[in-house]
Amino acid sequence: MTDDKPTSHPKRVRKETVKMAKQKPEDRRTNFDEVALGYTEDQAISEAERCLQCPIPQCVKGCPVEIEIPEFIRLIGERKYNEAIKELKRKNSLPAICGRVCPQEEQCQKQCIMGKTGEAISIGRLERFLADWELKKPVEVPRKAPFTNKRVAVIGAGPAGLTAAAELAKLGHRVTILESLHKPGGVLVYGIPEFRLPKRIVASEVNYVKRLGVTIEKNILVGKTHTIPELLNGGFNAVFIGTGAGLPRFMRIPGENLGGIYSANEFLIRVNLMKSYKFPNFDTPIRIGKKVAVIGAGNVAMDSARSALRLGADEVSIVYRRSREEMPARVEEVENAEEEGIIMRLLTNPIRFIGDENGSVRKMECMRMQLGDPDESGRRRPIPIDGSEFIIDVDTVIIAIGRTPNPIIQKTTEGLETTKRNTVVIDESTGETSIKGVYAGGDIVTGEATVISAMGAGKRAAKAIHEYLMGKAGT
Amino acid sequence: MKVMHKVLKKIDLAPRIKLLEIDAPKIAVKAKAGQFVIMRIDEKGERFPLTLADWDPKNGMITIVFLEVGVSTIKLGAIEAGENVRDILGPLGNPSDIKHLGSVAVVCGGVGTAAAYPIAKALKKAGNQVVSIIGAKTEELLILEDEMRSSSDELYISTDDGSKGHKGFVSEVLETLIETGYRFDLVYAIGPPLMMKATVNVTKHHSIKTIVSLNPIMVDGMGMCGACRVTVDGRTKFACLDGPEFDGNLVDFDELIKRLRAYLPEEKQAMSQLDEM
Ligand SMILES: Cc1cc2nc3c(=O)[nH]c(=O)nc-3n(C[C@H](O)[C@H](O)[C@H](O)COP(=O)(O)OP(=O)(O)OC[C@H]3O[C@@H](n4cnc5c(N)ncnc54)[C@H](O)[C@@H]3O)c2cc1C
Ligand SMILES: Cc1cc2nc3c(=O)[nH]c(=O)nc-3n(C[C@H](O)[C@H](O)[C@H](O)COP(=O)(O)OP(=O)(O)OC[C@H]3O[C@@H](n4cnc5c(N)ncnc54)[C@H](O)[C@@H]3O)c2cc1C
Ligand code: SF4
Ligand code: SF4
Ligand code: FES
Repeated sequence: MTDDKPTSHPKRVRKETVKMAKQKPEDRRTNFDEVALGYTEDQAISEAERCLQCPIPQCVKGCPVEIEIPEFIRLIGERKYNEAIKELKRKNSLPAICGRVCPQEEQCQKQCIMGKTGEAISIGRLERFLADWELKKPVEVPRKAPFTNKRVAVIGAGPAGLTAAAELAKLGHRVTILESLHKPGGVLVYGIPEFRLPKRIVASEVNYVKRLGVTIEKNILVGKTHTIPELLNGGFNAVFIGTGAGLPRFMRIPGENLGGIYSANEFLIRVNLMKSYKFPNFDTPIRIGKKVAVIGAGNVAMDSARSALRLGADEVSIVYRRSREEMPARVEEVENAEEEGIIMRLLTNPIRFIGDENGSVRKMECMRMQLGDPDESGRRRPIPIDGSEFIIDVDTVIIAIGRTPNPIIQKTTEGLETTKRNTVVIDESTGETSIKGVYAGGDIVTGEATVISAMGAGKRAAKAIHEYLMGKAGT
Repeated sequence: MKVMHKVLKKIDLAPRIKLLEIDAPKIAVKAKAGQFVIMRIDEKGERFPLTLADWDPKNGMITIVFLEVGVSTIKLGAIEAGENVRDILGPLGNPSDIKHLGSVAVVCGGVGTAAAYPIAKALKKAGNQVVSIIGAKTEELLILEDEMRSSSDELYISTDDGSKGHKGFVSEVLETLIETGYRFDLVYAIGPPLMMKATVNVTKHHSIKTIVSLNPIMVDGMGMCGACRVTVDGRTKFACLDGPEFDGNLVDFDELIKRLRAYLPEEKQAMSQLDEM
């Protein structure tokens, strides 16, 4: 591999994107290994060559952190991977993660000009290629600014907190992350399964943040172990709240507390964080029956359904009250789920769960739905069809109908302004909350969103915190 | 940063019931009666809850008392003084609402006595007349009798087999006390679900407000999983977040008991593995 031989761009560009190899459905439904295998070097170059290098690149506008997409793609085409990754990391410190889980088809790739006449450039796959290439060699830690003697507490080690911490450390501040779970990573470790985001990748990104000098204290629940006023009085000059949206929502229908009915969060925490797919080698059990129904059709529902299948269920179905078009999950993940044999029961809504004498769920009564006019979310409202009740057999149910902000900080921090939905109110441009010196970002502010938007918020807040700390130092 | 928690002292209180004093300074300074911790013993361990039976902020120690019932509690019981526990998170849950009310009965059974002990102590300190009733299957399983005696104005004992004190259940002792003229402004009932249910059945009759401390299966202990959901007054609550104490009259105990049995086959499987080791 040489760095000095630029490849020229071909005149005629292919309309089709270079396909990425995947594990075969019949193989992958029995293992937790990563499904998508990534580009080879040749594939990456060939895809990079499709990019038109637009003078006014639309793709950049679709990326929440405004990565200089044409620039890093050009550098891939020239095999200058070292420079390409540096370009990428200027804007995005977690490319191995974003390249895998960003909803690219809704963001950067949606805007790509190539998408108008053919298939968009696979920006995410290229990003992943570069990040994986870098993971194979020792990480270079960027040079940090001199120490400022300012201390910042970052609450929560999800993408928002990790990004804010990394940025602040680079600027010379002393940063401590306080994380309530026994492992840092937030949803990246407890929610998104191994087969979509290998945990070694999260671990190496967390390691990078540590190498920047950030201290991570685990098993600290802010609001209980420490409160925010205690942190501010105890030597921290500023606080960033990145505690995410992890409180599971239930349906409030009869029978919901029967045995065998999980929130998606409980199910995924058991499987991913506690590794119950390795039970009894690991101590945490998981109960998987023969017939599993997952309620909901977002990414969380797809992850739950595909995990259930891998744990040995005979039949797994997604039960969703609207139609395919309204499914909030990424198209790619719905396709993956269907290839693996997940059944889609659309326009179907559960109204009641029925248990046996031991209190375990056995059946689920549902109604058929039809779609009416769009509701406030812009999606067509599902309306039950009278007299359409029917019963299906189930022995495991996973409820994946959404999550709301973790509530403990809001409950225990006097003066912190929140909304009715229990999200934390911030100044949009700085991320500052109603308490001076306290900032927030990620799902705790927006409600359930995306990894990249949480990172963007962490970055924005870090910049504002830096200005706050340095401005304060100057006066 | 690796922060391990060293076990400083270990006492066998009764067959299968052990007390550990553990180094956990951050939790010790914050702990209040009624709160609990979530532990994970080692890298492969599960997360499980235990009530804070005592704490010492000055020396940075917490005390837990537990009954060995399955893989995690047996593993914990095998840890000797000087060894470490991997993770402890806390203090979790809402503290008991300790006020001066007048006369309070503290009714507890089994290892529930350990959870009730700080509450009895705090109630007494707040100026209440505290009448405690502690029970166990048999005399040798009675724990913390002296501690409970010193934090109560009166102490009654009952055992299922009559080997000490009243023969029968703690709820029967409470009923007798009420019938013989004791007036309670509040009752605390802490122990196995069936014992709490029986106690609530007594107090319901006499319209005495009764607080119970619920012990459903928990995973995270901070409101992220919903494993700990219980039905209180017809509504789903998370015991870790909204509890663990609730108005006993409003709790659906039958549901709680069924939910506690959800992992019976897996627990047996894990136990047979442990036996092979
Ligand atoms: C199963 C699943 C699949 C998903 N798939 C995708 C996807 O494919 N693409 C995508 O872009 N997004 C996806 N998302 C959404 C995405 O993961 C989130 O939007 C993102 O993780 C939010 O980041 P965050 O840092 O705000 O919060 P989180 O990732 O939730 O991290 C918050 C952290 O704070 C900790 N914490 C909470 N309370 C406290 C406290 N009081 N004290 C200390 N620590 C605390 C938590 O333990 C956690 O580690 C998915 C979410 C789930 C659940
Ligand atoms: C808030 C709270 C505080 C608690 N405090 C204490 C305490 O101070 N001392 C103590 O000994 N125990 C306490 N428990 C119960 C303790 O958490 C369980 O006994 C423990 O998790 C069992 O784990 P295991 O792996 O050893 O057994 P498992 O193999 O998980 O279970 C073995 C048997 O114990 C039963 N069991 C499982 N979980 C519970 C539970 N949560 N409550 C009652 N029975 C259960 C099961 O039905 C099963 O039959 C508390 C529980 C809660 C929720
Ligand atoms: S971070 Fe996400 S949105 Fe931005 S370029 Fe990468 S894949 Fe696209
Ligand atoms: S819009 Fe598409 S073709 Fe144009 S620069 Fe961006 S990725 Fe390349
Ligand atoms: S233990 Fe998970 S929500 Fe209560």
